[in-house]
Amino acid sequence: MSAISLDHLTLSVGGRSLLSDISLDIAEGAFVGLLGPNGSGKTTLMRAILGLRRPQAGRIAVFGEPVGQGHAAIGYLPQTHAAPPDVGLSGRAFLAASVAGHRFGLPIVSAAARRDIDWALEAVDGVALAERPFSAMSGGQRQRLLIAEALIGRPRLLLLDEPLISLDQHQQHVIVTLVRRLSKEFGLTVLFSAHELNQLLGAIDQVLYLGGGAAVLGTVDEVVTPETLSRLYGTKIDVIRASGRIFVMSGGEHIEREHHHDHAHL
Amino acid sequence: MLTYDFMLRAFAASGIVALVAGAVGYFLVLRGQTFAGHALSHVGFAGATGAALVGVAPLWGMLVFTLAAGTGMGLLGERLSGRDVAVGIILTLALGFGLLFLNLNTSTTLQATAILFGNVLAVSAEMLGWLVVLGAAALAALAAIGRPLLFASLQPELAEARGVRLRLIGTLFLAITALAVAQSVQIVGVLLVFTLLIGPPAAAQRLTSRLWPGLALACGLALVQAWLGIAIAYYSDWPVSFCITVLSALVYFAALALGRRT
Repeated sequence: MSAISLDHLTLSVGGRSLLSDISLDIAEGAFVGLLGPNGSGKTTLMRAILGLRRPQAGRIAVFGEPVGQGHAAIGYLPQTHAAPPDVGLSGRAFLAASVAGHRFGLPIVSAAARRDIDWALEAVDGVALAERPFSAMSGGQRQRLLIAEALIGRPRLLLLDEPLISLDQHQQHVIVTLVRRLSKEFGLTVLFSAHELNQLLGAIDQVLYLGGGAAVLGTVDEVVTPETLSRLYGTKIDVIRASGRIFVMSGGEHIEREHHHDHAHL
Repeated sequence: MLTYDFMLRAFAASGIVALVAGAVGYFLVLRGQTFAGHALSHVGFAGATGAALVGVAPLWGMLVFTLAAGTGMGLLGERLSGRDVAVGIILTLALGFGLLFLNLNTSTTLQATAILFGNVLAVSAEMLGWLVVLGAAALAALAAIGRPLLFASLQPELAEARGVRLRLIGTLFLAITALAVAQSVQIVGVLLVFTLLIGPPAAAQRLTSRLWPGLALACGLALVQAWLGIAIAYYSDWPVSFCITVLSALVYFAALALGRRT
């Protein structure tokens, strides 16, 4: 069974079509890098898979079931700007808030919830974060904690939206390696959006490239070619491979690097 | 000091309000919505003076206006976030209307300073009863939505994905805030609600990184400030609200200095 199945999916935001008539299947257990230019619909696709955005047409199924808000099989890491930076609560309190956080009542942490939290922290090698205030954590530590949070409830699919943003190169590598290990260890299917392909090389099984309303899924060698990317970006793209890295260039400009730069100023 | 009925009522009323303000304020600080609390109290000023104009107790006008404004702000939700200028102009407009209503009021029983700066020593037995009822309602409602509110405050997008209705929770919370503001005004007045609603929770969040100890500390600090403020006022003859604001500032800046958060 596929983990994610898109069937003639069309998604638009504010009347602008982001994806049109996409059909593809992501196999269970696959670690898929989600790439594409800014505004190509990476976040929107994730929100649609979560059931937070209705498709204009077509269907999305997760493990064979239609999507809907609050799907237990999906763990989600939203882009970091969503987290208020000045929260002084500890990592443990932060995680506790999300355990059964959709139910009404007092935020009391049950013994079972406490075990879930301990398990999730251990799974990400983040036990040391339990007592640390969120506001005192580094970017990498915050992402580690948010990955632990995504694991609570033991999902089978992880949707990670730009977890590498604003991390230095070493931290990026640490986070990608961690997600790779979790994917193997728990048989998790992972959809991992990023700005630069090189951050994910060697870890991902497949890449899902979005652009110009289209989407292409396949191995890096299949998808990251001048022909395919030129079609997706709608402009002439060169793909240069050098010392194990891949550079996607447009008219001599490193386009991914440029996106990254843009984001640093947001 | 405790032989006077009005003093006992002042301690009881400020005690109830301090607990409500500490608990509600904890979430206001956590959500970064302290300005909303400030705005609601100013909108309440127009309600309080308007009610007096038509012969109704100021508390009820206050309550109607803050509840309407809180619910409205909650329903506008995202569209209002970051619109500090718009909220600021509306709260100024409300103060302006409050001034107009005061001006139109020919009776001498209404004291503007009592609404602006509070008058806890004048709390009647009937008012005390209403504070108990409103306080219990606010705390019960907060307890009912506590869990999704905390989740939505820390991780709104994740909470939404897990099935929390953000707008519903946000609107209910601002309605609860409206209740807390209307009550706080009875103690410290429109202009000084920060002193009970924001000061103690902000200090508490500096001092502990755990949830329940933080909530307890926020309520405890508010209680100590209110009671100590009344006691100091009794012996010094300074205004009660002044004493409470001084304590609130002292506690907050001490917490900043001592805070274990690095």
